[in-house]
Amino acid sequence: MGTPLLTLSGLTKAYPGVVANDDVSFDIQPGEVHALLGENGAGKSTLVKLIYGLVSPDSGKMALNGMPYAPANPNAARASGVAMVFQHFSLFDALSVAENVALGMDNSPPQGELSTKIRTVSDAYGLPLDPHRTVGDLSAGERQRVEIIRCLLQDPQLLIMDEPTSVLTPQEVEILFKTLRKLSAEGTAILYISHKLEEIRSLCDNATILRLGKKVATCIPAQKTAAELAEMMVGTSLKPPKRAAEVSSEVALHVSGLNLPPAQAFGTSLRDISLTLHKGEVLGIGGVAGNGQDELLAALSGERLCAADQVKLDGKPVGNLGPTARRHLGLLAAPEERLGHAAVPDMSLTENALLTGVTRQALAKGGWINWAAAKGYAERIIHQFDVRTPGPHVAARALSGGNLQKFVIGREVLQAPHVLVVNQPTWGVDASAAAAIRQALLDLATQGSAIICISQDLDELMEISDRFAALNEGHLTHARPAAGLTIEEIGLMMGGAHGMEAAHV
Amino acid sequence: MDLSSINPVLLLASLMVAATPLLFAALGELIVERAGVLNLGVEGMMITGAVSGFIIAVESGSPALGFICAAIAGALLSLLFALLTQVFLANQVASGLALTLFGLGLSALLGQGYVGIKPPSTPKLDLGMLADIPFIGRVLFTHDLMVYLALALAIAIWFFLHRTRAGLILRGVGENHDAAHALGYKVVMIRFAAIAFGGACAGVGGAYLSLVRVPQWTEGMTAGIGWIALALVVFASWKPGRVILGAYLFGGVNVLQLNLQAAGAAIPVEYLAMSPYLVTILVLVIMSAERSRAPASLGRPFHASH
Amino acid sequence: MFKIEKRPIPSAKWNWGAPIVAVLLTMVFGGALFAVLGVNPFLALEKIFYEPLLGEYAFYYRPQLLVKAAPLILIAIGLSLGFRAGIWNIGAEGQYIIGALCGAGLALALYPMELFILLPLMVIAGAIGGALWGLIPAFLKVRFGTNEILVSLMLVYVAEQLLASMALGLMKNPEGMGFPGSRNLQQYPSAHNAEIISGTGMHWGVVAALIAVIFAYIVLSRHMFGFSLRMSGMAPRAAKFAGVNPTRMVLICMGISGALAGMAGLFEIAGPAGQVSIDFNVGYGFTAIIVAFLGRLNPVGILLAGILMALTYIGGEITQSQMGLPLAAIQVFQGMLLFFLLAMDLLTNYRFRPTAKEAA
Repeated sequence: MGTPLLTLSGLTKAYPGVVANDDVSFDIQPGEVHALLGENGAGKSTLVKLIYGLVSPDSGKMALNGMPYAPANPNAARASGVAMVFQHFSLFDALSVAENVALGMDNSPPQGELSTKIRTVSDAYGLPLDPHRTVGDLSAGERQRVEIIRCLLQDPQLLIMDEPTSVLTPQEVEILFKTLRKLSAEGTAILYISHKLEEIRSLCDNATILRLGKKVATCIPAQKTAAELAEMMVGTSLKPPKRAAEVSSEVALHVSGLNLPPAQAFGTSLRDISLTLHKGEVLGIGGVAGNGQDELLAALSGERLCAADQVKLDGKPVGNLGPTARRHLGLLAAPEERLGHAAVPDMSLTENALLTGVTRQALAKGGWINWAAAKGYAERIIHQFDVRTPGPHVAARALSGGNLQKFVIGREVLQAPHVLVVNQPTWGVDASAAAAIRQALLDLATQGSAIICISQDLDELMEISDRFAALNEGHLTHARPAAGLTIEEIGLMMGGAHGMEAAHV
Repeated sequence: MDLSSINPVLLLASLMVAATPLLFAALGELIVERAGVLNLGVEGMMITGAVSGFIIAVESGSPALGFICAAIAGALLSLLFALLTQVFLANQVASGLALTLFGLGLSALLGQGYVGIKPPSTPKLDLGMLADIPFIGRVLFTHDLMVYLALALAIAIWFFLHRTRAGLILRGVGENHDAAHALGYKVVMIRFAAIAFGGACAGVGGAYLSLVRVPQWTEGMTAGIGWIALALVVFASWKPGRVILGAYLFGGVNVLQLNLQAAGAAIPVEYLAMSPYLVTILVLVIMSAERSRAPASLGRPFHASH
Repeated sequence: MFKIEKRPIPSAKWNWGAPIVAVLLTMVFGGALFAVLGVNPFLALEKIFYEPLLGEYAFYYRPQLLVKAAPLILIAIGLSLGFRAGIWNIGAEGQYIIGALCGAGLALALYPMELFILLPLMVIAGAIGGALWGLIPAFLKVRFGTNEILVSLMLVYVAEQLLASMALGLMKNPEGMGFPGSRNLQQYPSAHNAEIISGTGMHWGVVAALIAVIFAYIVLSRHMFGFSLRMSGMAPRAAKFAGVNPTRMVLICMGISGALAGMAGLFEIAGPAGQVSIDFNVGYGFTAIIVAFLGRLNPVGILLAGILMALTYIGGEITQSQMGLPLAAIQVFQGMLLFFLLAMDLLTNYRFRPTAKEAA
């Protein structure tokens, strides 16, 4: 091997209370697809922010093509040939594709010329895009293409991709991998961040594994089994959740012909949603982000109302009832966004326990709050769901993602719901917390509650669901028994490859 | 009532004059809001501009110098808001209100010795032949430079927003400041610049009131024009072209009600005087039907967490 | 270099420390302003903050303190409820005027009938008038999505014109020999909001303000309505998820704040002001915004802030008459206070940390 493209040596970065990266060193060769593997909170994001110039290291050095490399900001990183495709937060909804691309380039050509270039490059790499469309109207996969094209137009030497497949259907993943292999063959190195083991085994030449900010190993992923990689990543081997499957024939929740217009600009409308959920059953709902997940949860939780008959709980029409009334009847929910939707960030855990617990736990009488009871309920959640926190007086935003998620799920589970709807219950949560949450959901189902689990993590859905359905542009497919479904079939239910009609791959 | 005493030529000509302060203030605020910041201090910046422009023009005898200093005064005051909201991360609504309350007090203090004085007159532009065109010439081409400058500013802002890279970056910051930050743009610096520009525009608009429109200094003379300018930005759906339309509409309502007052209309003076404010409310209601989209980051605090 | 970093939990210490630091900073910079205006800053500050409370003529000023603080507190309590829920009623001045007009209008219509429940009826009329005026922006907001800040503010100007129209027209004193302004309610015993204990400044408006403080405190800390209100302001989506109806929240908050402002206006016009005149309103509706923030939107805080702000009003009058300090200087002083308070708020939610030395 010649000079590595990028050398990291002894990179350390600390934040108050946590060392995000601790003495991390590894090399990336030109044209190599290098995986950065680790679970949530392992320090992957911080490491790429260091490489992309968004933060600077406390100590340690980087070298690019043998020369010292210390980007002061992302512009400097881009000028050195380092480009990055973000997982979140880097597109401008109200602007066009071409404008979004221009904002990501340091010296973008005039719009007309740029549009032509976008078409050329997007066709060449099998990622069709119309430069004049508004980004807010694109699907998640198409939005990712915008980011990739934005990077490719600058002929990067190193392309960083942060969890790129979390927003793609399996078919779209295949297309992406073809593009990445083509890039790699042309000499572009790729730093591929993920916690999905099979993907890494099929795509990456090398893998560096991070755990709690430290490098655990560098290995060739194809030579390891997924289980071995998982053990290196998590540190221990995790048991898959268990359940005694016993679905009753009694219907707990029935939704029929539910239509809802989007609540805000660039939202998704729900179209003719129908589903039947039985007691003791876990219905997994997959789909790529932005296909109506939030809207479905809002329609079920009562945040958005519909005709009474469109949602029936235990045979009773509840479609026109608000969240409090539905909670009273036993229909509970836990939204995806923990901070600001499921919980109030600046309120204490006691107050957040009161937030949904007040009705079923009788934490208030005639509107007057029983703070002692609310505190007691918060303490019960903390205790039973192993939420790591100094106490119930702590503000929700002070908790780590995993702990807050355990609190939010625990808050609903302990209220003995007839039906519980959760959206992305383990998003951004570390593996042990995720396992605990999944087990709690299964235990709840065993006790006879019916559960709808909306998630973008297909592995999770296959692990816990009895039946599987998918959301695609606001439509819900028919639910099929989860056992025996192939990845191919799941992908087609999710809509296959979105917007690939013009693909020339 | 004697409607014949209302001269349509003069009415339309004074409409352009009445619209100019609004136009300046609203265009400035448009840039601020396009950058994702809601500065409710327009009224305060305007009146500070009005008093400082007036003082400088009176003391120096030069209206031009007055306008320049009004712009500087407005910008300086707006930087206080920028400091509060961008550095000290204070609530934008509260800070904007504070700016207005402070500006009203400050202007009253500064203007104490200047009540009842006449400022040096701002010369009309000599547009030669153009002014001789019947009707249109009198309406359009008999004004001072600032009237045309305000119109030119609207066009320049349109060009800036839609045809320049800097304008694209500004829109990007207003649309999604986290994304802009992740791409390496200096969100806080860009917003500081936008806020200062908005302050300067409001200052000029205020000075136009005290130096041309009225022309004299009285305490609280902006009488809500700054707030109407804020409403105008909403009315215009954050588009410069429609700000012109809106400003001329409001200018028209105001001039018309003043003319009706003078003509001795059967409607009591007070009810005519409240009409611009009622029209503002009406327009806000009508515009809300159109679901126009505000910049997505408008009013949200930005704090880079890394 | 220092770096600003969000605290995991808002600092309880700075929550109360910030206003105190803000007051001190305002004294320093306000003092500098007074000095620039050619007034001895130490003497001026003494006259503002010491004389009305403990000075030689304090017996005269102390009642004034209550008279000025009561409307500020009453209005600020109402505003604080809305501000906490993220509903920005800044048109309290208009609601204050309309409340006064409604209450005074009732009394003037019944003049000279002596009726022992007239004053309570006037209070109710004032509250209803203020509430209805406040409900206009609320209704437009929930029905059409208009911005309540702009609408409530526009309505202040409309209310001022209405006041002028009333003072010069419908409510003008028929025996006033052509002078503008209504009959003086102080000379109409049933309608007069007189001092409860003579010489203390304690009129029914002061009582109402105290009741409002206690009531708001209990509701905010113990009742689900207060909890819903706080949720709505901190995280609107979470509030909706919890089951709060945002439409109802807007209507209730604007209605309550309008009613309290209307009552404040009525107490003022039936008491200290006495008559409907074009300039009876002196900006309490706007100053109350400062009071609400200075009091941290907390009822007890607002009580203290209202008294402090009343102090600056009275101090301003003293310094004007005795030292020639322009009244506008006090307005600047109050504006400064709000600025410093907003800036110091940073310390409650953020902390400064020295940045780690940059890697060489």
